[in-house]
Amino acid sequence: MRRALLISIPYLWLLVLFLIPFVIVFKISLSDAAIARPPYLPTLELSEGWASIKEFFAELDFENYTFLGEDPLYRLAYLSSLKIAVVSTVLTLLVGYPIAYGMARAAPEWRPTLLMLIILPFWTSFLIRVYAWKGILSTEGLLNQLLMGIGLVDAPLTILNTNTAVYIGIAYTYLPFMVLPIYSALEKMDDSLLEAAEDLGCSRLQAFWMVTMPLSRAGIFAGSFLVFIPALGEFVIPSLLGGSDTLMIGKVLYEEFFSNRDWPVASAVAVILLLILIVPIVLFQLNQQKQQEAGK
Amino acid sequence: MRRFSWFNATSLTLGFAFLYLPMIILVVYSFNSSRLVTVWAGFSTKWYGELLQNEDFLQAAWVTLKVAFFASTLATVLGTLAAYVLVRGGRFAGRTLFSGMIYAPLVMPEVITGLSLLLLFIGIGLDRGILTVILAHTTFAMCYVSVVVSSRLVSFDHSLEEAALDLGCSPFEAFRLVTLPIIAPAVISGWLLAFTLSLDDLVIASFTTGPGATTLPIKVFSAVRLGVSPEINALSTILIAIVTVGVITTSLISKRAAVRQAKEERAAERST
Repeated sequence: MRRALLISIPYLWLLVLFLIPFVIVFKISLSDAAIARPPYLPTLELSEGWASIKEFFAELDFENYTFLGEDPLYRLAYLSSLKIAVVSTVLTLLVGYPIAYGMARAAPEWRPTLLMLIILPFWTSFLIRVYAWKGILSTEGLLNQLLMGIGLVDAPLTILNTNTAVYIGIAYTYLPFMVLPIYSALEKMDDSLLEAAEDLGCSRLQAFWMVTMPLSRAGIFAGSFLVFIPALGEFVIPSLLGGSDTLMIGKVLYEEFFSNRDWPVASAVAVILLLILIVPIVLFQLNQQKQQEAGK
Repeated sequence: MRRFSWFNATSLTLGFAFLYLPMIILVVYSFNSSRLVTVWAGFSTKWYGELLQNEDFLQAAWVTLKVAFFASTLATVLGTLAAYVLVRGGRFAGRTLFSGMIYAPLVMPEVITGLSLLLLFIGIGLDRGILTVILAHTTFAMCYVSVVVSSRLVSFDHSLEEAALDLGCSPFEAFRLVTLPIIAPAVISGWLLAFTLSLDDLVIASFTTGPGATTLPIKVFSAVRLGVSPEINALSTILIAIVTVGVITTSLISKRAAVRQAKEERAAERST
């Protein structure tokens, strides 16, 4: 009896504040926008009996989804979010892998400190870390001052308010998520494997490609998904660093809801984003399971 | 170790420079006397003074602290309970759904969580304000707490609890006297994580907030959208300082606790 009570408290909390809200989003995505409070139709009137419930379900339709399919803005926004998430994930991997590699090769007494240095920025405000780049990337910002100072460019580069700034922002803020899983994969690696490869005639580079890379593949997968999944629905980074032409679906959803006040379309955008996210989330889970089984 | 070459040293140096330089620049320019953030005009602390006189920011900071305190405390209770149920609860109807609901919020885009909670609050006619932000933050933070706590619950020996039960403890006593002290470090780091996540959250708060409950991230976001300002740099510096001190202190404390625990365990082993 007491056990049932213990289970039901967190269970009910999550049902009411996590699951039911999604059912509501789905339901509103099938409604029509209207000038009313709340701004959509139909609304369910349970007090008016069975007939009104039937009428309520009859009025729900997939019109908003057809609209999303026909309006090129949304298609472009989904595609461009995917592109930005992919490019930033690759960039994060390119920056993160050497760091993880260097950490795994550092002296063991140094590793806890290095790990803490990687995790520390994660505890400081996300918003502030994104904001920091605004001052660096702007036309009169420090990066341009530096580049012009050493004579690399003659005129300041426009980086802020472009997709490039968004890539940098994502790579910067999500770097720990990439470094940590790769590091834990590399740390477990047995050095004698590399020695064996070299004894058998591999060059260092070949040994890296044929031994180290494959052994860290699970870490690369895990890190890439941990960056890709949140990057896809990112809102703060494109709004602070991106330009007006940076289309990302998180931003579109936010504006659809707050500026256009079109709740049904915003809900439909959310449902499709969730459907797209299911693929990488399932792949990530499979990768984790495979890892756990291999560890046993 | 044999392979720690100049290549590794360079990649670590460059990597950590990439990670830390932007924040160092932010801190340095918070002491710049010029309003133009990109031109250095001499040392000054005037932006800190101006920040402390800005009623709006102070008000928002107070709201944020209140929200973070209540949300993280509630989330720690609920998350620990959820972890206990998941790890020690055995089989029960809907267990798969339950663990799904624990893990899903961790990967859910914030815009979707925010939107869905807002629609719920409107649907049940709850006025938006501090309470709704606390409810929203509790919900996603409890999932993080429960992941942290359950990893600790999985790793410790179940027979300790059974021994307590055999020796006549009630299940609640066994939890309070045996389980809780052992998982306490995880519960505390869960609370800290929840607190930081709540302090930091912009998106979910802006969906679920109402009049009079503007949190600091919302305030900062609307200010930095317009551009870079020295007051925000000063504010960032204060936040970075708090976090750095906090993280270093807790890691020192937990290191000391781990050493002590190892010593006690060795002593216990010797005495048997």
